[in-house]
Amino acid sequence: MSVRHALLALLSEGPKYGLQLREEFEARTGEVWPLNVGQVYTTLQRLERDGLVESDDAGEDGPQKGFRITADGEQELAEWLRTPPDLASPPRDELVIKVLVALRVPGTDVHDVIQVHRRYLVELMQQWTRIKEEEAEHDLSLALVVDAELFRLDSVIRWLDAADGRLKRAAAEPPVRDPSMLPRLRRKVGVRP
Amino acid sequence: MTALELRDVSKVYGAGQAEVHALCDINLYVEPGAMVAVMGPSGSGKSTLLTIAGSLEDPTSGEVLVGGAALSGMSRNDKARLRRRSIGYVFQDFNLLPGLTAAENVALPLELDGTAARKAGAAGMQALDELGLADRASQFPDQLSGGERQRVAIARAVVGERHLLLADEPSGALDSVNGEAVMRLLHAACKRGVAAVVVTHDAQMASWADRVVFLRDGRVADQTAAPLGPESLLAPGPSASGPGR
Repeated sequence: MSVRHALLALLSEGPKYGLQLREEFEARTGEVWPLNVGQVYTTLQRLERDGLVESDDAGEDGPQKGFRITADGEQELAEWLRTPPDLASPPRDELVIKVLVALRVPGTDVHDVIQVHRRYLVELMQQWTRIKEEEAEHDLSLALVVDAELFRLDSVIRWLDAADGRLKRAAAEPPVRDPSMLPRLRRKVGVRP
Repeated sequence: MTALELRDVSKVYGAGQAEVHALCDINLYVEPGAMVAVMGPSGSGKSTLLTIAGSLEDPTSGEVLVGGAALSGMSRNDKARLRRRSIGYVFQDFNLLPGLTAAENVALPLELDGTAARKAGAAGMQALDELGLADRASQFPDQLSGGERQRVAIARAVVGERHLLLADEPSGALDSVNGEAVMRLLHAACKRGVAAVVVTHDAQMASWADRVVFLRDGRVADQTAAPLGPESLLAPGPSASGPGR
C-alpha cells in the first residue's frame, strides 16, 4: 500500500492538515489499514523534499501544519494510478512452497496439509464476510477492501483445490517429465533463478 | 431440538464390483437459525447428502431427523407432506415453472398443501415483497433476470412455515454481485430462525455460513471452528489485515 500516493490523492482534493490527512486516509480505506501519525509526517516530509507537496511557510511542524499538492505531485499521482503493480513474476508464495515441501517430507499426507490451509482460509473468509454483512453495506470503501480480500483468499483456495485434484490425478497416473523443456519454460514464466 | 440431524448416514449405490460408497458415516447437526455450508470437490457426496437430508432419497444405513422426526418411520405420504410444509429447496438452475408467474410459482407449494388459493396468493406476495420483488410478481420466469429468478426461487423456498432450507449451488449460475445477494437473503432467512444447508464449491458463498463442513470421498474430512467476530480483523495493529499466509 503506497501511503505516499494515498496522501497525494487526498491532497489532490485541496489543501489539508496533517491530522486531517491521517483521519481521511483511514476512513477511505475502510479503516482496514491503520496509519500512525509518525508515518504521515515522515511521508509528508519526503514528499515536500521531492517537490511533490508544499507546506505552509509560517506553520510549525505539528497537526495544524497545512499541505497542498504541487503540479509535479499531480503529475506523479496521475502516472502512479496508471502504472500496473508488479504482478509479472510469481512471488515466492509461502503456501506454494509448503505444499511443494509437503510432497517430499516422508510420512506427510499432502492432502491433509492442503486441508489445514483450506480450512484456515475459509475461516478468514467467514470473518471478512461478517464484516461485509454487518458494516460494508453502508461503507463503499470498506466494501471494496473486503471484496479485494475475499477474492484474494478465494483465489488461494481455488489453487489449493486445483492442487488437491492435480495431486490425486498424478498419484493415479504419474506425469512424464521432460527435463530438456524446463530451463526454457522457467525463463518464459519469469521464475527467479 | 435440531432442525436437521444426520446420524451415521451412509449411502451405497450399485452392488458387488460396481459398488460406490457415496456417503460414509456422516454425522451432521444443524440447529434452528444456523447456516451450514458443505464444500468438497465433484463426486465428494455433497449433492447426495442434500437429497438424503431432503428425504428425496433414503440412506442405505443411518438415520435422518428433520425437526426431530425420524424419516425412517414415515410413510411416503408423510415424507411428501414434510417436504411441502417444512423444507424449502433452492437449486442452481432455479427450477421455476415457466408457465406460471413469479407470484404463482411462489404460492404453488402452499396450494399443493391444501391452502386456499387466495390465502396462498397473499402469502406468496408477502414473500416476494420481503425479497424486493413485489413489482415482478406478475412476470413469467423468462421475463426475469437470472438474479431475479433465483430470488423468486428463494421466496418459494421460504414461503409458509418452512424450518429447513436446502440449497444446491444456489449462486452457481449467477455473477458475484447476484450471488452475494442470494447468500445475503438465505442468511437473512436463517436469522429469522430457519436452518439452512448450502452445498457449494465456491468459498466466497460458503463463507456466509456459520459453519463449513468439508466432504472428501463421502466422508466429513474437516469443519471450521466457530467463527470469530469481525473485530478480530479490524483491530488496530500490524495484524489488521489478517495473518499473512
